[in-house]
Amino acid sequence: MSTAAIEAHDDFPTPTAPREHYLNVNYGVKSWLLTTDHKRIALLYLTSITLFFFLGGFFAVLIRLELMTPAGDLVQSETYNKLFTMHGLIMIFFFLIPSIPAVLGNFLVPMMIGARDLAFPRLNLLSWYIYVLGGLFTLCAAVFGGVDTGWTFYTPYSTTYANSNVMLTAVGVFITGFSSILTGLNFIVTIHTMRAPGLTWFRLPLFIWAHYATSLIMILGTPVLAITLVLVALERGLHIGIFDPALGGDPVLFQHLFWFYSHPAVYIMILPAMDVISELITCFSRKRVFGYSFIAFSSVAIAVLGFFVWGHHMFVSSQSVYAGLVFSILSFLVAIPSAIKVFNWTATLYKGSVSYETPMLYAFGFIGLFTIGGLTGLFLASLGLDVHVHGTYFVVAHFHYIMVGGAIMAYLGGVHFWWPKMTGRMYPEGWARLGALIIFIGFNLTFFPQFILGYLGMPRRYHMYPPEFQILNVLSSAGASILGLGYLIPMVYFLWSLRYGAVASANPWQAKGLEWQTPSPRPTGNFPETPIGTEEAYNYAPQEAEVV
Amino acid sequence: MSHPMVSPKLYFLVFATLMILTGVTVGAAYLDLGPLNTVVALTIAGCKTLLVILYFMHVRYSSRLTWVFAGVGFLWLAILIAFTMSDMRTRSWQPAPRGWTATSFSSPPGQEGTPNREVSEGRSP
Amino acid sequence: MSESHAALAHQFDDPQQQAEAVTLGIWAFLITEVLFFGGLFTGYAGYRANYPQAFAEASHHLDILLGGINTMVLISSSLTMALAVHAAQSGKRQALVAFLLATIFLGVVFLGIKVIEYGHKFEDHLVPGRAFTFPGPHAQQVQLFFSFYFAMTGMHALHMIIGIAILSVLVVRAWRNRFSAAYYAPVEVTGVYWHFVDIVWIFLFPLLYLIGRH
Repeated sequence: MSTAAIEAHDDFPTPTAPREHYLNVNYGVKSWLLTTDHKRIALLYLTSITLFFFLGGFFAVLIRLELMTPAGDLVQSETYNKLFTMHGLIMIFFFLIPSIPAVLGNFLVPMMIGARDLAFPRLNLLSWYIYVLGGLFTLCAAVFGGVDTGWTFYTPYSTTYANSNVMLTAVGVFITGFSSILTGLNFIVTIHTMRAPGLTWFRLPLFIWAHYATSLIMILGTPVLAITLVLVALERGLHIGIFDPALGGDPVLFQHLFWFYSHPAVYIMILPAMDVISELITCFSRKRVFGYSFIAFSSVAIAVLGFFVWGHHMFVSSQSVYAGLVFSILSFLVAIPSAIKVFNWTATLYKGSVSYETPMLYAFGFIGLFTIGGLTGLFLASLGLDVHVHGTYFVVAHFHYIMVGGAIMAYLGGVHFWWPKMTGRMYPEGWARLGALIIFIGFNLTFFPQFILGYLGMPRRYHMYPPEFQILNVLSSAGASILGLGYLIPMVYFLWSLRYGAVASANPWQAKGLEWQTPSPRPTGNFPETPIGTEEAYNYAPQEAEVV
Repeated sequence: MSHPMVSPKLYFLVFATLMILTGVTVGAAYLDLGPLNTVVALTIAGCKTLLVILYFMHVRYSSRLTWVFAGVGFLWLAILIAFTMSDMRTRSWQPAPRGWTATSFSSPPGQEGTPNREVSEGRSP
Repeated sequence: MSESHAALAHQFDDPQQQAEAVTLGIWAFLITEVLFFGGLFTGYAGYRANYPQAFAEASHHLDILLGGINTMVLISSSLTMALAVHAAQSGKRQALVAFLLATIFLGVVFLGIKVIEYGHKFEDHLVPGRAFTFPGPHAQQVQLFFSFYFAMTGMHALHMIIGIAILSVLVVRAWRNRFSAAYYAPVEVTGVYWHFVDIVWIFLFPLLYLIGRH
């Protein structure tokens, strides 16, 4: 077996890091800020998205504090509008969309296909700088008083009536979109042209399939958001009215253009997460993934079908009922590939040799929470039901189950799984499991009551509500504090592990995959010579019961 | 990049065709073809685009993958336009078109259930 | 002999892989450009279907002669660009420089004519905004048309300016003999970009200038 030589290393009593690797090959701020090494760029992204995560989380804290009481007593209405807008903008554009692709994807895609780097390393670095620049614009908007349109920028409020920093924010998001585009472009070209010899498409890890599908969405969808923001800026700045009803303009046209990107954007956020889960489940059940090609095709199917369903955000916007019917049925269809994946993960677990390391705990959490989130999506796709729950906390709970219960759990699971590969250190398993448990409990306490609240009719984006909703809101806010604590725990021990964590071997999980074939952390060029792919993906032997 | 060299003669031929097609599209605009005017204009533009893509941009001599990349953007744009138009064009259709309901209404005939195709200028549909 | 610097980047195994990656890369970028302009075309299509009369009326105020000349200018620039790439492929430095300069020249002519056209619109109070005036019952929808006119041709002109800037850099590099039959990827890539900008205009011209001319 090709890994026999490497596995011998793992019999040594104490693994040692290689003498020279990508982290210590040179030092200094310049070597990091001017790097073209995809692994360093991944860490640059890791740092910046973590900062944005805590900023977005800070706004969430204020929101949940306000919602502890029925009266609007913590902040004024305008301020509250700014809070949920900034929370949404930051979490979506500056945390979730980059998260797995820009951190784990950048780090792992070249390794998993046996390449030395991505196709365009300098574009990769540029994408990070563009991300930072866009983030700075948005931060400026926050500092100068925020924006209150909701992350959705609906017209004519955003174009005509809003008195907040719409332009600044629109420019910031516009700029950041190009970061996404460049990342997607890089991945697509890399995966097409730089696979190691023998690595046919169906020998690729599912992580690669997911990132390929995600990159398709990034390339096809993001430009439409870009031009939409340009139009908003033109209308707001130069009074070139495209969406202005006084001129015969159509505010709903904005919604079409906006959601054409923003619905597929949610698949940008979940597709990479899904196949992080595929990687985790196959490794920690020591079993080949069930239905590999089904999962691979499902990723592409979700990416493609996801472009046909955007009107389900607009069922009550005065959109044509006939168009609504079409969007509704297509939205039901797009749930099918997701369900296929859930069934396949479950089948992978069946008769597997399952162990409960932290990444696997996050994977379990993902499966359950994503299923709930996905099913409630079907509630929303159903026209009649949506009329009742649109614009309520039901929607808020639905997308947080997917985005937080799904995507963020997968992200954390992936960071834990590949942490030894990225840093050469192990995190403390006990604390990590505790953190995962606290996050799971906190998450459910925060968001499950919101399903009930929404169904009972509490609207979203309101900071005042009828007193009978208070108990559920208090439960939700209590959960949020637990969830916040849960997120702080990994922050602390990850940082701790950089200095004091156990040194990791090349393959502490005994996982399959090219990224585990050379030392942790990796040397700058990844592979001394181009590997040749000969095995199927996830070639776990049938009776591998022993696990580290 | 290793593309076979296209001869300048072919470039000039394509150029001449493009110029002729430009003349045709201007000329056709002056003919009254009703709704076909738009179809003709877009078809000619499509042909010109195809010539530019295949010959000037060398896609004719490129891999199948390049063909797919060249085409997929336009396909996705078609999706955006088609679905958006499907909303904007059918918004004014009443939910129960004339003849579908069994009961008669008290409002005068000709007003209930009539699809409002005549969108007067100045009013959003 | 021409001087070509080490053309194989470290992440690639061989020149063919690099060439393939660069080609796919520029086409992936053009996909984003199609969708970027496409958003404008979508809005245009929706409103033209809603307000056919107003759009036709507005279109009559555009100068077909200038628009037609511009179309021919841009097609010619695509020809010179294609010939420039051919010259680069053949390793002919002087022809390459000449054709690049010709492309830039034609591009500048295009922009100059656009400036003239915009000037006319400004004088006729057809620029959307506070100064817009138009006689007739459809004034508001005509203003909508001109919003699209300026947004679409303006965005197109911006892409031309960027293209001209890139071409200028290429001229300098070509003059300094940086390209050869073995290495001319930047020229080819810029050519593909330039042809795309031409394609956008190929659609803009009939859709903006030729509505209801009969």
